[in-house]
Order: sequence, then structure tokens, then C-alpha cells
Amino acid sequence: MADKIATREAYGAALAEFGADPNLVVLDADLSKSTKTDTFKKKYPERFFNIGIAEGNMMSVAAGIASCGKTVFASTFAIFAALRACEQIRNSICYPKLNVKIGATHAGISVGEDGASHQAVEDVGVMRSIPNMTVLSPSDGPSTRLAVKAAIEHQGPVYLRLGRLAVPVIYNDAMLKDFSLGKGILLRDGKDLTIAATGLMVHEAIKAADMLAAEGVSARVLDFHTLKPIDRDLIIQAARETGRIVTAEEHNMYGGLGSAVAEILAENYPVPVRMVAIRDQFGKSGKPDRLIERYKLTAQSIVDNARMLLAAGRD
Amino acid sequence: MKTRSSYSILNSIAITLFTSNCKGVVKMPRNELIDLARKATLIRKHIIEETFCAASGHPGGSLSCTDILTALYFREMRVNPANPSWKDRDRFVLSKGHCAPALYATLAEKGFFPAEDLTGFRSIDSYLEGHPNMTYVPGVDMSTGSLGQGISAAVGMAMAGKMDEKDYRVYAILGDGELEEGQVWEALMCAAHYKLDNLMAFLDHNGLQIDGKITDVMSPEPVADKFRAFGWKVILIDGHDYGQILGAIAEAKSGSGQPVMAVCSTVKGKGVSFMEHQAGWHGTAPNKEQRDQAHAELDAFLKAMEDEDNG
Ligand SMILES: Cc1ncc(C[n+]2csc(CCOP(=O)(O)OP(=O)(O)O)c2C)c(N)n1
Ligand SMILES: [Mg+2]
Repeated sequence: MADKIATREAYGAALAEFGADPNLVVLDADLSKSTKTDTFKKKYPERFFNIGIAEGNMMSVAAGIASCGKTVFASTFAIFAALRACEQIRNSICYPKLNVKIGATHAGISVGEDGASHQAVEDVGVMRSIPNMTVLSPSDGPSTRLAVKAAIEHQGPVYLRLGRLAVPVIYNDAMLKDFSLGKGILLRDGKDLTIAATGLMVHEAIKAADMLAAEGVSARVLDFHTLKPIDRDLIIQAARETGRIVTAEEHNMYGGLGSAVAEILAENYPVPVRMVAIRDQFGKSGKPDRLIERYKLTAQSIVDNARMLLAAGRD
Repeated sequence: MKTRSSYSILNSIAITLFTSNCKGVVKMPRNELIDLARKATLIRKHIIEETFCAASGHPGGSLSCTDILTALYFREMRVNPANPSWKDRDRFVLSKGHCAPALYATLAEKGFFPAEDLTGFRSIDSYLEGHPNMTYVPGVDMSTGSLGQGISAAVGMAMAGKMDEKDYRVYAILGDGELEEGQVWEALMCAAHYKLDNLMAFLDHNGLQIDGKITDVMSPEPVADKFRAFGWKVILIDGHDYGQILGAIAEAKSGSGQPVMAVCSTVKGKGVSFMEHQAGWHGTAPNKEQRDQAHAELDAFLKAMEDEDNG
């Protein structure tokens, strides 16, 4: 059984790890214990500010601080960042292209018991459509650490999509040595189809590839930790070499990874695509693993969709 | 005689609408006062020209905040037009971003960019966006236009100044209709919480917003009490009286551990007779005749000041 760590946990640890930079400032909106920015706060209290339960204000304050030459992380739950404070992110941060990194935790239905009001299923679609915004959605602890590092090094706004649930560790250091913002990762090569995944669905994609291998199907697995700018070449190459793509994400079927892949393919190299995603519904309360089953965000669902694509190919 | 004529000019600069609680009204030599009034009049003429050329834009609120901008940029703020992004400069945020014509005109008069460019305001080939843009316009410290966000950004700048132990000051102008945005109050709470006495905001209290009187649309009154309750020090002044504006600034700089709000009694459309006190001039550009009449009024004022200077 692989080690497990929530990406929010890795986020907090990374902020503390890279926090020695005197230019780094962290803001939170009364959720520092949940977003894990309290890890940074304990180490660098003089550069941590609680803005209170005022997410819109937090985003514009972050913009003001960034305009004075600092790199600012602003954290809250994905739903309150991308949705409540959407327009502040758009006008105060993205329009002037300021160095604000939004650490959005508790994305997706894997939030669990808090239920639909706290489960962002549309945040990627909203954030991805704002000019100047970069969107990251790492799949495990080690890649989250590098995503935070890349966000610090990148000049301009970044939306960092993180989860509440502890998820299996996928990567070791060697596998991540070429980690680069905007570049997807080839986790497993294959020739019959490609599974393009992001966030906690990357682990399911690997499981699905194993299940397909047992049936004699060779599936390529790609991790899109950067959803914008999406790795266009990697998608086109996968379409050309494997002819069909299953996308997998813990997000609504509109606006997320599936959409991003389809956008690239439609313009460049159309091949059949099936999306494993939330089918335009709100989430609900429940144990995370039960919700993941209920919303069909599983390796089995990826396998089922892969079979559909393969069957269609045989007609 | 001389004194009387001086007073008539002063009266058209400042109509004192109430008694200020400002501790020390700055007393300037008459020639300096006239210099400021002349600058403000040039800025008002630019505002008319910008909105006329663009055939759109917001003259009313631009004219009401002109004297505050003039006092800030020509008597107070530490800025360098040759180095707009100088790290130690004082910052300014026009939270009521629709009054970009006033800010652009002030920056052009200060020398940040050529005044000729002002006529390109809002046009496709110009860098002078309809609302202030910090990426393209030298001297603009924050992009604004969405009401309520600018004051939060100013709070962020003041926090950065405290963190870095810099002595720069942060100024912002808010609209009174803008106060209806909840974010303003989040920002005010935050500024008081972090004791940002390097932050000073001016409320352009002209009593009007787009749909009419603020007290008819959605009253934010009593504003001074609310600001005090939110932890701000409040100074009541006439927003067209340079002595009072500068007096309030001097008082704010004494660093009381509190952010300072100057509640400025102002006249929307100030300086152009037919625009004064009219909500209809909020977002309407003058046509050719109106523009000519506005210039004629402002030119007459300039001429009167010149006569006085010479006399
Ligand atoms: C968030 C937001 N909502 C609506 C508007 C449209 N708007 C522009 S100006 C204005 C009225 C502003 O009134 P006030 O703050 O009193 O400005 P002033 O009288 O100084 O011009 C409105 C509603 C906006 N710019 N931003
Ligand atoms: Mg008003």
C-alpha cells in the first residue's frame, strides 16, 4: 500500500519549505488549519496574514501586496476562491497580471461530508477561462511540492487546485526530475488508447491501465498537472499515436481537462474522446470514497469508457 | 477691492458646505493657492476634452474628485514621473475607477505622459483604457473599475509598506455610491485591524450615483459614524478646499495607529455650471456645444486667476 498524503498537506509543507524567501507572503481567510497554510504561519508569522472571512477582499489585498513586488499566496477553499471571489481574481489579479498564487484547497467532491455547498466542481472551467491565469492540478504530494515551486518561479497569477483527501503517492524524485509547468508527464506508454488524467484521477488512471493490460489493451497514461497552458503537443501526439483518448478528472464535464483536451483535438487532430467526469451535477454529502463511487470517478469507469472507445473503433 | 475679488475667486474654488473638524487648515500664500486652482482647472478642461473626444466616459465624478487629486499630486505625493515604478514612491489608487479621466489628466499634467495623448482616451489605438490600467499607463498604481476592489488593493499596498518598513504612504479615493459594495467594508475592517496608519482614503461624498441620490438608491449614511465604528479616524472636510484637503493630509500623517478617512463634501460636476449636482452627467459625454460652453466657463476662471496674479 503506497503512502498517502493530501495535496493540501503537501502544499502547506511546501510553503514552509520555500518560505525562507523574504518576498513570500501568505494570506488566508479563516481556514488556515484546513488549507494548511498554518504550517507556514508557524514558521514565518511575520509574513502570514489572516484576512478573515472575506475572500473577495483577500484577493484584492493580495493584488495590492503583489503590486509592491511580493509573491503572495492567497488560500481558501476552491469554492470560495474561484467562485465567491471570481471577479476579484479576474479584475484585481489576472487583468494586471500580478504575482498572486491562489492556493485553492478542498476542490471536488472528495471534500466529502461538508457536501455540495463546499465542493467546487466548476472551478477549473471558471479559472481556465480568465486570460493570464495559469491553472495547476497536481495529482500527489511530491508533484504538489514541485507545483508550488513552479508557481513561485512563474511570474503572474496561478490557480493551484488542491484536495482535502489523502491520496496515494505516485511519484518519486527521479520521476519528477523533468517536472515543468505546462508539460504533461508520460506515466506509462501505450499504443491502443490514451488515458489523460489530472488530480486524484491520475492514480485511478494507472489502476485502469493495469486492468486494461490484463485484457491485452495497451493504455498510455498522461498526468496533466498543468491544465492551462495545457500541453498541446503531448495531446496531439497521443491522438496521432493511440487514436482515442479517455479523459479523467474530478470536475464537471464542462470546462475541465476533458474540455481542454477536446479543444486541442478539435482544432488539430480530431479523434474520439470520452470523458470520465462529473456529469453536470452538484456533489453531496458522504464519505469521500462512497462519493467517488457514486459519481463514477473510478478506475472501473475509465476502463468502461476505454472499452466503449475500443468497441467503436472496431465497427 | 483687491481683497474682495480674491474672495470671489476663493468662493468659486471652495463652497464651504459645513464646518470642518480638520485640526489645522493649511494656509497657503495666495499665489500658491492660485497655482493649485489653475492646475485643477487645466485638469477639468482635460476631463471635458477626454470625454468629448471619446464621446463617452464619466465627467461628473471626475470633476468632483479633481481638487483632491490636484492637492495630492501637486502638493503632497512623493512620486517621480521619470521613474513611475520607483519602489519608495507614495501610492495612489482610484477605487472609483470610472473617474479615470481625472486621474489620467492629473498624471499627464504631472508629466507621466504627454497631455496630447489624453484625446485618445477610450479609443482603440490608445493605451488610455476606459478605466485605469496599471500595465499600460505610467503612473497608475492599480487597475480599477470594478467598484470596491481598489480600496482592498490600497490596503494590500499599505500592508506591504509596513512589512518592508518603508515610509511611503498610500492614498485612495472612494465614491459614496461605491460604499454600497460590501467589499469596501471588508477592506476598511482589515485596514483598522492591521493598524494601517500609512493609509489615507478620501470619500468623494457628492451624494449622487448613477440612478440618483445615494440616499434614494441605497443609503450608506451615516457614513462618518460607520467609518468610525469600523475603526477609522474620520476628518470632515470640503473636498474643493485645498487648505482643508492638505490640512487633513497633514493630520493623517501624524500616525495615530489608525487609517484615516477624509469625508470630503463635494459637488458632482464641480466647475461646469450645467453639470453640477446632476446625476445625469455621471456617465454622459458633452456634445460639441456643451463642450464649448464648459471650456468657456473654465477659461473664464483661468482668465480671472491670471488677472488676479497680474493685478
Ligand atoms: C462592481 C461594480 N458595479 C457596478 C459598476 C457600474 N458603476 C460605475 S460608476 C457607478 C456609480 C458610482 O457612484 P459613486 O461611487 O458615487 O461615484 P461618483 O459619484 O463619484 O462618480 C456604478 C454603479 C461598477 N463599475 N462596478
Ligand atoms: Mg457619488
